[in-house]
Amino acid sequence: MNRKLIFEKSKKGRKGYALPECDVPIQPIEDLIPKEYMKESYPELPEVSEGEMVRHFTALSRLNYGVDTGFYPLGSCTMKYNPKINEDVSRLDGFTAVHPNLPDSAVQGCLELLSKMDIFLSEITGMDRVSLLPAAGAHGELTGLMMMKAYHRNHGEGQRYKIIVPDSAHGTNPASAAMVGYEVVEVKTDSRGNVDVSELQKLMSEEIAGMMLTNPSTLGLFEENICEITDTIHSSGGLVYYDGANLNAIMGITRPGDMGFDIVHLNLHKTFSTPHGGGGPGSGPVGVKRDLVPFLPVPLIENKGGQYICDYDRPLSIGRVKSYFGNFLVIIKAYAYILTMGAEGLRQASETAVLNANYLMHKLKKNYEISYDRTCMHEFVLSGKQQKDKGIAVLDIAKRMIDYGIHPPTVYFPLIVKEAMMFEPTETESLETIDGAAEILMRIAAEAEETPELLKEAPHHTPVARLDEVRAVRKPVLKWHAKNK
Amino acid sequence: MSRYIPNTERERKKMLIEIGCDSEDTLFKNIPEGIRLDRDLNLPGPFTEMELYHYMKKIAEKNITAEKYICFLGAGAYDHYIPSSVNHILGRSEFYTSYTPYQPEISQGTLQAIFEYQTMICELTGMDVANASVYDGATAVAEAANMSCKITRKEEVIVMRTVNPQYRKTLKTYARFKNYEVFEADYQEGTTNLSDLEGLISNKTAAIIVQNPNFFGSLEEIERMTEIKAKYNALLIICVDPISLGLFKSPEKLGADIVVGEGQALGNPLSFGGPYIGFFAAKDKYLRQMPGRIVGQTVDKNGNIGFVLTMQTREQHIRREKASSNICSNQALNALAATAYLTLMGKQGLREVAYQSLQKAHYGYNKLIGTNCFSPGFTKPFFKEFTVRSEIPIDRLNHNLLREGIIGGYDLETDYPELKGFWLVAVTEKRTKGEIDKLAEKVAKTI
Repeated sequence: MNRKLIFEKSKKGRKGYALPECDVPIQPIEDLIPKEYMKESYPELPEVSEGEMVRHFTALSRLNYGVDTGFYPLGSCTMKYNPKINEDVSRLDGFTAVHPNLPDSAVQGCLELLSKMDIFLSEITGMDRVSLLPAAGAHGELTGLMMMKAYHRNHGEGQRYKIIVPDSAHGTNPASAAMVGYEVVEVKTDSRGNVDVSELQKLMSEEIAGMMLTNPSTLGLFEENICEITDTIHSSGGLVYYDGANLNAIMGITRPGDMGFDIVHLNLHKTFSTPHGGGGPGSGPVGVKRDLVPFLPVPLIENKGGQYICDYDRPLSIGRVKSYFGNFLVIIKAYAYILTMGAEGLRQASETAVLNANYLMHKLKKNYEISYDRTCMHEFVLSGKQQKDKGIAVLDIAKRMIDYGIHPPTVYFPLIVKEAMMFEPTETESLETIDGAAEILMRIAAEAEETPELLKEAPHHTPVARLDEVRAVRKPVLKWHAKNK
Repeated sequence: MSRYIPNTERERKKMLIEIGCDSEDTLFKNIPEGIRLDRDLNLPGPFTEMELYHYMKKIAEKNITAEKYICFLGAGAYDHYIPSSVNHILGRSEFYTSYTPYQPEISQGTLQAIFEYQTMICELTGMDVANASVYDGATAVAEAANMSCKITRKEEVIVMRTVNPQYRKTLKTYARFKNYEVFEADYQEGTTNLSDLEGLISNKTAAIIVQNPNFFGSLEEIERMTEIKAKYNALLIICVDPISLGLFKSPEKLGADIVVGEGQALGNPLSFGGPYIGFFAAKDKYLRQMPGRIVGQTVDKNGNIGFVLTMQTREQHIRREKASSNICSNQALNALAATAYLTLMGKQGLREVAYQSLQKAHYGYNKLIGTNCFSPGFTKPFFKEFTVRSEIPIDRLNHNLLREGIIGGYDLETDYPELKGFWLVAVTEKRTKGEIDKLAEKVAKTI
């Protein structure tokens, strides 16, 4: 049965709102606005009662799967539990009803929080200053690379136009590099899953602006030669950028700043427990070492003897990267998370995340191939190659997991692993949940042998079966048309 | 152990034994000794829930809010009313604790909501296609400029000086690194000086960017700009207040190729500037150059209608350095707020919000001019925001008003040095006659 769109539920004359009567003397509209500016017809927005609106979206919510619904081991996304108190404190009037154009003196609470968050995140990453402006991870990358470019230009090295990115990197890395006009040079991964350092050394030249690196990598492995890598880049005048997607493995254990990274972005919507909202809002703060502080975007919040101010007078700054001060309510949630966890709690979170990942990997070894068989960090990558040889794609395995009530891992990524499945269980899952998931995956491996059609037809119990994505592209229907009725 | 981490010491030991590890330290053996942190992080906490709540409440209380004060401040962020039910929808954790809908079979809720959102944005703007959102109005303008350069293969854009100064600054940052040039067309009497625009535009111009109503609240003469840009094969990007589209001609009718804007006013609180939502819509022919997620309708094998992320060959996870943008996470939950808000307000409600804002703003303007404390600022037709000129410094005026429980307007001199004493006042449907009268009375008293 097809679900109706909200537009199909609309009935002329129904209302979901009530505004007070306009209590100022009404002037004829034509006296205020020349006729040529006015609409001739009004947008076809739905007309429904409040109850119908609520029921419609509640019904939609029930078609979704979230962290609150069940296990969500989506690799590199850190789908940990989103604490409820953080939602509550972010919704205090004292935060939600603050106008961003108020003078600094009227928003001391907001600025204090941002300033302290800068200090917390600097401490966690080992950097000197952190800007909270970027709205998401990719936006943090963009901001970070702009600073890299500005730094080189300022040092008379504008000729550096290439950036090294490992073949295992997130797609946002090369895409962000292109947005600042950098050319991407790929470096290969060696047989242990590390960046191939000898190949890296061969790539170095005066054209190299720097390198972007995720550590642990998207293979879930710690770069064992990280110090050699950062030394190699530095010794030829480049800067090293840390993609913080995988910070959940190392909080309180090691820090990007101590590894030699110059620029770091974090994903508060991953590591720091803020919910992902079905695709945002996130928050992607970017931290730098001292030499790069002058290039941070404006404004930067400063504490002048207990008074917090927004500093715009920063001549070397790359400028503004968005409106106002960042995704403030998201930052509040992450701030609350850090306070709740404390130093010991954050360390335990990382230790547990790593333990959970290794435990799950260990359980799955028997049934699925492991590309790089060594201790993993907070996530690991399996290959469905054995199954593929028998005609079962990783996509089939993923869809079958849905039948058993768990969210599939990240699939077909990283690109360097054939039939990749990237699992990240996070620290907030219990032993039973992980054991249960392992059992399901073992059962699916058996089904792949015995009843492969069960996998190929999966999922069986969802509101819709697998959807025709080719048709969606060939005959794009990107909005509802009244004539479809 | 933290209450967010379920496994007990005993269970952890069991797990370690099972994987053949003698201690948790062994798990980190791949990290070189020299870079391991040999101390605890220097952080406060851990706080219990009660401690945290009281602490956060204390910080929140240090702020001045539009909840306790009467707000006449806008300049890009507006105090419109948000019906309670919008927040109840956002509070459904099936929505807010889910990731980007990569697995459509268990994400139909998010996907259908985005499809409905795209439809509503197209309805409002008159455009053919809309994406699932970008970060905010500022980055929407910058992404639209990037996109125009790609479409036209030209390397200059012209932005009107009446566009929100923060948007222009963000645009310039993006442009500087992407290597295209940004020129600014000046204004006269509060709207774009068309002869200045004509002097700047050339065959090298990829796009002209105009905000309507503009940063001063005034309505621009866009149809004239459309004629001008057509001669040079440049695109027209209109940045628009979505509430105004309850009353005013749609950007499509005015000749827009790309329409963007800040969607905060649609059900999203002021929130000290974020998270907000940038909406982004364009004509069909530019679909493949659009940034961001797009949801499309399709069918499953049983013929059931369903929704998927589509046109993904534009995006970073497929195209990597050749993607139309690097955007990945966007502002999905804020788009949901906009969808729920527009559903509630509907065809009549959006018009009424716009109509009341317009009437109240004009009442406010006349009232303030009537105090004899101000002379008129710009005198072009305006929507919900207007300018008046004050003899006394704006910061002093605003400071005095705060003491009376009123958040005054925006000091335009902040961004336009030539506009000393120009006060930009916003009046939404939330303001009552009594509140507007109080503003006029307190202004008279303080001046």
